[in-house]
Amino acid sequence: MSNPLLSVVDLKVHFPTNDGIVKATDGLSYTLERGKTLGIVGESGSGKSVSSSAIMGLHRGTNAHVSGQILLDGVDLLQLSNEDMRKHRGKEVAMIFQDPLSAMHPYYTVGNQIGEAYRVHHDVSKKAARARTIEMLERVGIPQPDRRVDDYPHQFSGGMRQRAMIAMGLINNPALLIADEPTTALDVTVQAQILDLLQDLQRDFDAGIIIITHDLGVVAEMADDVLVMYAGRAVEYGTTKEILTHPEMPYTWGLISSIPDVAGDTSARLIPIPGNPPSLLQPPTGCAFHPRCTHRDKVPGNLCVTTLPELVPGQRSEGHLKRCHIPDPDAVYEREVLPEIAPDLVEER
Amino acid sequence: MIAYAIRRLLIGALLILALTFVTYVLFFAVPSDPAKQACGKNCNEEQIEQTRIALGYDQPWITQWTEFLKGIVQGRQYPADEELRANNPKLVTDCEAPCLGFSFVNQQTVNKILSGALPISASIAIVALVIWVTGGVLFGILAAMTKGSFLDRGLVGLTLIAYAFPSFFIGKFLITYVSIKWGLVDYPAYQTIADGGFFGWLSALFLPALTLALLYMAGYVRITRSYVLESLGEDYIRTAKSKGVTQRVLVSKHALRAALTPLVTLIGLDFATLLGGALITENVFAYNGLGVIALQAFAADDLPTMVGLVILVGTFVIVANIIVDILYAVIDPRVRLG
Repeated sequence: MSNPLLSVVDLKVHFPTNDGIVKATDGLSYTLERGKTLGIVGESGSGKSVSSSAIMGLHRGTNAHVSGQILLDGVDLLQLSNEDMRKHRGKEVAMIFQDPLSAMHPYYTVGNQIGEAYRVHHDVSKKAARARTIEMLERVGIPQPDRRVDDYPHQFSGGMRQRAMIAMGLINNPALLIADEPTTALDVTVQAQILDLLQDLQRDFDAGIIIITHDLGVVAEMADDVLVMYAGRAVEYGTTKEILTHPEMPYTWGLISSIPDVAGDTSARLIPIPGNPPSLLQPPTGCAFHPRCTHRDKVPGNLCVTTLPELVPGQRSEGHLKRCHIPDPDAVYEREVLPEIAPDLVEER
Repeated sequence: MIAYAIRRLLIGALLILALTFVTYVLFFAVPSDPAKQACGKNCNEEQIEQTRIALGYDQPWITQWTEFLKGIVQGRQYPADEELRANNPKLVTDCEAPCLGFSFVNQQTVNKILSGALPISASIAIVALVIWVTGGVLFGILAAMTKGSFLDRGLVGLTLIAYAFPSFFIGKFLITYVSIKWGLVDYPAYQTIADGGFFGWLSALFLPALTLALLYMAGYVRITRSYVLESLGEDYIRTAKSKGVTQRVLVSKHALRAALTPLVTLIGLDFATLLGGALITENVFAYNGLGVIALQAFAADDLPTMVGLVILVGTFVIVANIIVDILYAVIDPRVRLG
């Protein structure tokens, strides 16, 4: 589409430190349509949260250097004054966080905190904000919202707190909702409820959602598109179906191999990615993933160590971008990875 | 909430009881004979023995402790020996509840000694408290909001200077310049509100209170600054920021409220300790507050006064703790609602 809701262009978030520049996000680009969901996947420290905080303007007032473009409905958020950005926060873009207990102020009631989000952007009485808060609490499935509105966060269960956070995020009907690991701190059964709620609300509010997660299961459930990040860069980007069925980058293979599959074949193996995420202060040369990559032998010469691969369309379609030197990744995946992790799938094919 | 308050009060009462016990035990562990002290240097064995009986020091210490407790609750009469009181009505001194003992050095009840000094120390402490909390918290927030700026560095630097100067220097400086040379306030000499009215009282107290307040303020600027900065790093601050809350509300509503809990603790304890007298400041300004009394009591080996003082100041600290605990519950719903 010609005019997406959100268009991030060459976003860089760099933190100068005494030991050098930490390139937490380095040249990230993606787009998101209204009413669609983008999943950003990666390990801790891959830059997925940092890049999303940049959309909220949360790096303002810190020593971070943010450059590039973040176009929301055609407006570049990075060019806004601090005051204009503040007016955008919570109104046009809202964010919900990983741990709803620490993300809510322990000394104020849930209703106070949700109502505040409304009153910041609407010149209404406390009473009106309260009515709107109760309405939102009801919408996100809090039982007896007119009573629970006066409870404190610690009196809510984990799932209810996250529901309340979602109510807070959506109370101003934002165009974009960023959910930073919204289910990580919750029980598995509650996770599904929260994801279900988010999808349900997305239909009503027609908001674009960026869901940040390390869980490909969440992505499969929620996202229309997936962006896989590694060491501050996009390494694979495409539709969820494409990425999950025909991944072309060994890091994505690793992520997929790390998903335990309850219902699946018991002979399937769970293969962890070896090693640790790289230091962003001194990232590996060439492809940042090369020290952990088990498929480097498929690349001729020393290319992985010397040259950073471009993010280019893969074998299957123009919309499927990958950052990898392996010449025929789809075949390698089918031949070497899939039989290990999902033997039953191979037979079907 | 009420059950919580009652529980705190009960624990406080127990603590005060324990406090009297411990001070009493220590009183007897001190290697000096109170009877000999009371009687004087020229007493012979027989006279010392008589004094011992007169003051009740012949009783087992557990009896003395219960007598002392009884005195606190009901008041008592000195000398302790009933026979002596009956034979010499003129010698009898009444000590009304809460009786903290009888100072043989001063030939006065401890209550009388302390009640003369307490209003002085309390007055200084209250005025100092108002100055230092207002100044300390305000400047602390200001420094936190402008972290890293010229203003922040300036404030932090000033606190270091204020902290580095001993209170006798600041006190002397204030007397010499503000009062004597510039004549901005009266020469500090304590007068009660009844005598001098509110402003007379305040004017006479201002310099010693300011001396103390400067010292405490320096600490409070830094503490407030670091607490506010710490709470500004919390997740819920990020949430509030994400809602579009202004910086001013972010600091004054969200961050300060969280910083209040540790601040209240410090204020309560500092104030309670200060009620027990500020030795150097009182000396510099020649105020006979509890600090000066304590110094005199130690110099004269005046054990009953010391015991009385320790119990009084200890009680202040315990009461302050109870108040702080109850304030916790007011501030923090997690404490209030369990």
